[in-house]
Amino acid sequence: MSGGFLSLEGVRKEFKGLLAVDTFDLEVEPGEFVSFLGPSGCGKTTTLRMVAGFEQPSSGTIRLAGKDVTFAKPNERNIGMVFQSYALFPNMTVAENIGFGLRVRKEAAAAREARVAELLDLIHLPAKGKSYPYELSGGQQQRVALARALAIRPQLLLLDEPLSALDAKIRVELRSEIRRIQQELGITTIYVTHDQEEALSLSDRIVVMSAGQMEQVGTPFEIYNYPKTSFVASFVGTLNQLRCTVTDAGSGTVAFDGQTIRVESPIQFAKGTQVLMMLRPEELHLGERGGENRLSGTVDSVTFLGGVVRVRVGLGDSNLTLDILNERTLRLPVVGEQQTLSFPPHACWVMAEN
Amino acid sequence: MTISTAPVSVAVKAPAAEVAAKGNRFWSWLFLLAGALYFLIPLGATFYWSLRAEKGRLGLEAYRRLFADANFLPTFSESIVNAVAAIILSLLIIVPTAYWVTLRLQGLRPVVEFITLLPFVIPAVVLVFGLIRLYGRPPLLLTATYDSSRVVLICAYAALSFPYMFRSVDNGLRAMDVRALTEAAQSLGASWATILRKVIFPNLRVALLSGALLTFAIVIGELTIALFMAQHTFGPYMANLTRSKVYEPSAMAIVAFALTWAAMGMIAYITREGKRR
Amino acid sequence: MGGAKRPPRAQLGRWLGVLPFFVFSVLFLIGPTLILAYRSFEGSAGGLTLDNYRRLASEAVIRSYGMSIRISLTTALIGGLVGFLMAWAVSMGGLPRPFRSALTTFSGVASNFAGVPLAAAFIFTLGRVGVITALFEVFGVDLYGTGFSLYSVGGLTVVYLYFQIPLMVLVIFPALDGLKRDWREAAENLGATSGQYWRHVALPVLLPSILGTMILLFGNSFGAHATAYALTGGLLSLATLLIGQQISGDVLHNPGLGYAVAMGMVAIMALSILLYSVLQRRSERWLG
Repeated sequence: MSGGFLSLEGVRKEFKGLLAVDTFDLEVEPGEFVSFLGPSGCGKTTTLRMVAGFEQPSSGTIRLAGKDVTFAKPNERNIGMVFQSYALFPNMTVAENIGFGLRVRKEAAAAREARVAELLDLIHLPAKGKSYPYELSGGQQQRVALARALAIRPQLLLLDEPLSALDAKIRVELRSEIRRIQQELGITTIYVTHDQEEALSLSDRIVVMSAGQMEQVGTPFEIYNYPKTSFVASFVGTLNQLRCTVTDAGSGTVAFDGQTIRVESPIQFAKGTQVLMMLRPEELHLGERGGENRLSGTVDSVTFLGGVVRVRVGLGDSNLTLDILNERTLRLPVVGEQQTLSFPPHACWVMAEN
Repeated sequence: MTISTAPVSVAVKAPAAEVAAKGNRFWSWLFLLAGALYFLIPLGATFYWSLRAEKGRLGLEAYRRLFADANFLPTFSESIVNAVAAIILSLLIIVPTAYWVTLRLQGLRPVVEFITLLPFVIPAVVLVFGLIRLYGRPPLLLTATYDSSRVVLICAYAALSFPYMFRSVDNGLRAMDVRALTEAAQSLGASWATILRKVIFPNLRVALLSGALLTFAIVIGELTIALFMAQHTFGPYMANLTRSKVYEPSAMAIVAFALTWAAMGMIAYITREGKRR
Repeated sequence: MGGAKRPPRAQLGRWLGVLPFFVFSVLFLIGPTLILAYRSFEGSAGGLTLDNYRRLASEAVIRSYGMSIRISLTTALIGGLVGFLMAWAVSMGGLPRPFRSALTTFSGVASNFAGVPLAAAFIFTLGRVGVITALFEVFGVDLYGTGFSLYSVGGLTVVYLYFQIPLMVLVIFPALDGLKRDWREAAENLGATSGQYWRHVALPVLLPSILGTMILLFGNSFGAHATAYALTGGLLSLATLLIGQQISGDVLHNPGLGYAVAMGMVAIMALSILLYSVLQRRSERWLG
């Protein structure tokens, strides 16, 4: 079951003077898993609902497998949707829920039953066909919702924060289930979430959104390591930011509190500009052997998170957070002791302060 | 007595607006209009009649005659007194009961709720039948005099108000998280009496007013029980009026409707205002 | 809430809080009913018997019960249907928002309007010289000539709907609100039309509520007395009016039978409330 390909061109949505989604352009390849990631109110769900047909764009076009579906009715688009609240029909059994789309399409009972059985196997709930939704756990209900959406062999699968209502542990389990099924079926998928861990672990590409704007589109690696805006940099992952002054744009050096820091590439800002130097916690090292840049400070706090030890080091008015991978023979830093931090030039980058 | 689940809260959260197809909207308007006609025509007809008491011109003569009728004021005020007495009695019984059942005697809740449903199971005409038989002769003779019968009547009205009063107070207690407030007051050293007086009652004002207004609306025009207990209240007076006069009953019906509307409107108003706090 | 044993005085104080309620209920709700129940088993010669209940099959009783059941069934079905459609129209039918609160307030008023004023209003509308009756005459139709009479079963049905429809509206609103928007969208997404959504999802989910409320309406109509009395002076053959006549004067010529009739009514009301609660609980499971 391969997916069609989806393209959104210049899609905009306005609600009574409020711009919910501004000029959204995206091309999704067949079989691709794309996440829309952003905080509440950023427009990700609105965009999804426009693709599903529950909202009409104020302008722009939506094309699915070459066909213009911008104004097509939701029940004509052959798109499967999974809702945050599962939206299982309470008066029907699991099997009846899954088979509903097929029943509406007037498929023969035998074919319908076979397909339902196939899907119950896919979601690992073969014995639950005759149960009612209220008898199932949240995770099970969501799997049934997924099966129901897939039963109609849709060209596109849409998921609207499907895991938000579930417990943390179930979330992680179900997350990999969803990805496994998606890859097995090769179905083009759009996944809306505010949880960056979900987006990073599941997606082929991520669209980061904020206040109706597309901030960046890229692979998880690109989004995390090469953020284009400070919003993306701080929204995804933990971020260290130090206020520095540009000393030499050509050679890429900035000054922090009198100390020189070298950023690898040339800097686009003029000498003397106040900028933010950004750096991920895992790229910082204790001691002097982590790279040519050095900074010293006092250990503020040490948090043992299991696989990672998170150390906060105060540098005057600012601080830096660094992550050390745990080892059984690790010597944990002590609060209050002086430490030198080092990092290579290619680990950090510079952005305007806004 | 009619079962009226008049909403304690009129500010109900409506579902997200449906994108109703044009066809849908046509039917909606049709149903609404048909319903509106059915409900407004009798009111309109009655109002029209109430203006025709004077031959040849439209005027408020019927209303004048109604208010000037010798029996209007006495029966109306008697009903008002009955209503107020029933309300006070009901409040004094229901509030502590609801409070204790919510906080200390949760096990009794099903029993109490069942009892408050009894007025729906025992129609007014059966209740008055039982009251007369139970208190009509010794050893429990309570209906010997007009006044003692009146007391029985007021007590019966209080009992009939239990479903509404209890539900209103119960909702109010739930909304104010009575357990947390009581525990906070206790930890600060307050006695039960103080808690009831200074914490519970003030926060229940809206619920109490709603319950009281509902009870008032029920009692003021009540016919069945008052009739068979030979009480000279507003209900039997209105029934007599319907049989004896031509124009006054129409004015009376309009006045009664206006009164009920005022009571319900006040409930809606205080509920909305209460929510704002 | 404290694991230590409470001092005995506080124990007593707890029960004191609810004692008035129970005493009052026994005195003015349970007691009167029990006395009727007891007397209904009393034979004419003293001693307990089921004779009175056997005599429920007498003509007067069957006629009045039958009439009450007819009116109650009709007003429950029509009131339920019309009430449902009106509630649907203002909450999901695409009408402007203010209509919903207007209907809610009006329903609150109308459902309490029963009794003498309601009867009077209808006399002025559909009575022999009522406004609508006169209107029919203008169009050449003699309303009372066709056999219709406000003071009959048919007329009473029309009048009862005035408080039955609002009751349905008020009780069904929460159920309609419970219909999640997601269900409709999920159904559409899977290819269902509006009609299919209603047929396969919305109506089945609403059915317990609708049915339960219709049963409530049935009981409401069955036990109504004041409106019928005000309209007909107690002369129509209706279960509640029969009991009323029995109270004023022993029209059945048999006190025991009178009590049995009263208890029969209580049994029917109890059954209707019971069925309503059962269906309500089922509907709450689906509609939360």
